[in-house]
Amino acid sequence: MTESYKTMGHLEKILREGKFAVTTELTPPDSANPQEVFDEAAMLANVVDAFNATDGSGAHCHMSSISICSLLTRQSHPMVMQISCRDRNRIAIQGDVLGAAAMGVSNILCISGDDVSAGDQPEAKRVFDFDSIQLLRTIRIMRDKGMFLSGRKLTEAPKVFLGAASNPYMPPYDWRALRLAKKIEAGADFIQSQYCYDVPRLKTFMRQCGDLGLHELVYYLVGVGPLRSEKAAEYMRTRVPGVHIPDEIVDRLGKTPKDRQKEEGKRICVEIIEQVKEIEGVDGVHIMAYKQQELVPEIVEEAGLLPRPLRDNGG
Amino acid sequence: MGLGRWIRDKPAFLERAYQVSYATIKWLRPLILKLGFKRASRLILPVERFSKRLLFDCKMCGQCTLHETGMVCPMTCPKHLRNGACGGVRSNGNCEVIPEMRCVWVVAYERAQDMQIFGPEMISIKPPANHTLTNSSAWINKISELDQSAPKGWAEIPHNPVIEKKFLDEDS
Repeated sequence: MTESYKTMGHLEKILREGKFAVTTELTPPDSANPQEVFDEAAMLANVVDAFNATDGSGAHCHMSSISICSLLTRQSHPMVMQISCRDRNRIAIQGDVLGAAAMGVSNILCISGDDVSAGDQPEAKRVFDFDSIQLLRTIRIMRDKGMFLSGRKLTEAPKVFLGAASNPYMPPYDWRALRLAKKIEAGADFIQSQYCYDVPRLKTFMRQCGDLGLHELVYYLVGVGPLRSEKAAEYMRTRVPGVHIPDEIVDRLGKTPKDRQKEEGKRICVEIIEQVKEIEGVDGVHIMAYKQQELVPEIVEEAGLLPRPLRDNGG
Repeated sequence: MGLGRWIRDKPAFLERAYQVSYATIKWLRPLILKLGFKRASRLILPVERFSKRLLFDCKMCGQCTLHETGMVCPMTCPKHLRNGACGGVRSNGNCEVIPEMRCVWVVAYERAQDMQIFGPEMISIKPPANHTLTNSSAWINKISELDQSAPKGWAEIPHNPVIEKKFLDEDS
């Protein structure tokens, strides 16, 4: 990856410098109070390199991704705005991309999105005008060619580093590395993967990616997260789409006394980070600690990932 | 639906059938041009709708990609993904949205393994669906090349040279 920088952003900079990146997902508030967003960001600013603002994850409505980005770019936090294809069509999405870049968002993660049936408003209409790959390609057209998908010219192109998801833990297994190649071809610069609880499976996948020559083409951040309890693990693997948690992990939590399960969940997370750090082709971790954000500083510290590189620019 | 299901499990046969029907449509092109696309559509649409619904549960998107997606209709995916599979697939290979249904893209990938001619096309990126073509004849749209009409910006992006060398050259 020798071409020139695509953005002025911190995340792209540290990845290109070969530093191991740490990103985390903020818990979007069910609230109109901006202070909740500011407080969480302040707590985590020194332990991660960028914040993801999720876009209705699990098909549940929370404060929107673009508005969280609007609040936090004002404080010069490096942001990853997530765009899901579930709720907006191509006209709305391209407008949001321009607005996000104008506010100083340097990274956009393109995902298909959990289906409406996963959330608390399953009667909603699903949009899916794009899939994640078409979304990636469309934003790339905007950035690299300075035009909308229709060909209409932009007077200033959005300078964004393009992210995509990857889920090696679900079938069709042999297709997953090839689909990653498709995402790279569409424009993915970096990947933030689904939760990893199955390190051997990740190793196999990364080897397949290596054989295809993909390691040099994309920065791969492995998704990790602490499990709160045995019950939470069971809920996640049965109810949350795309999450694979092997029996060993659930059993390990089950054998731990209830009051110490949260601590054990954190320890498992730290162990997984230590293991994935050693895998060829892994460039960082993406910590998803839904409603357990207070654990993120401890996880980053215990995994030996402090101090984080200094931020010398915004976005 | 017995016949439909039986024949769907014969992807190698289906891709040959696709080749034959494509050749037939190309052969009929002068006649279709003489009739005009509108009139030809009126004749062809009922046949196309009946046969493709029976065989593929076709949703009449008007831009058929069947041969590039393992002879499985991507519009039968509840998220209408034309470049699947998504990350929501269940560990048993079933759909996130309809738990009792096999994921359309798991099936597509399996069938593409048996397809010598078009199987490798799974890797090509399909452009966003053109919703103005919904309920029109994909066969006519093939001849008029309307189905190739991706948005203007779409073709502007060059292939990634490494990916192109790895997949697109070898496959051709």
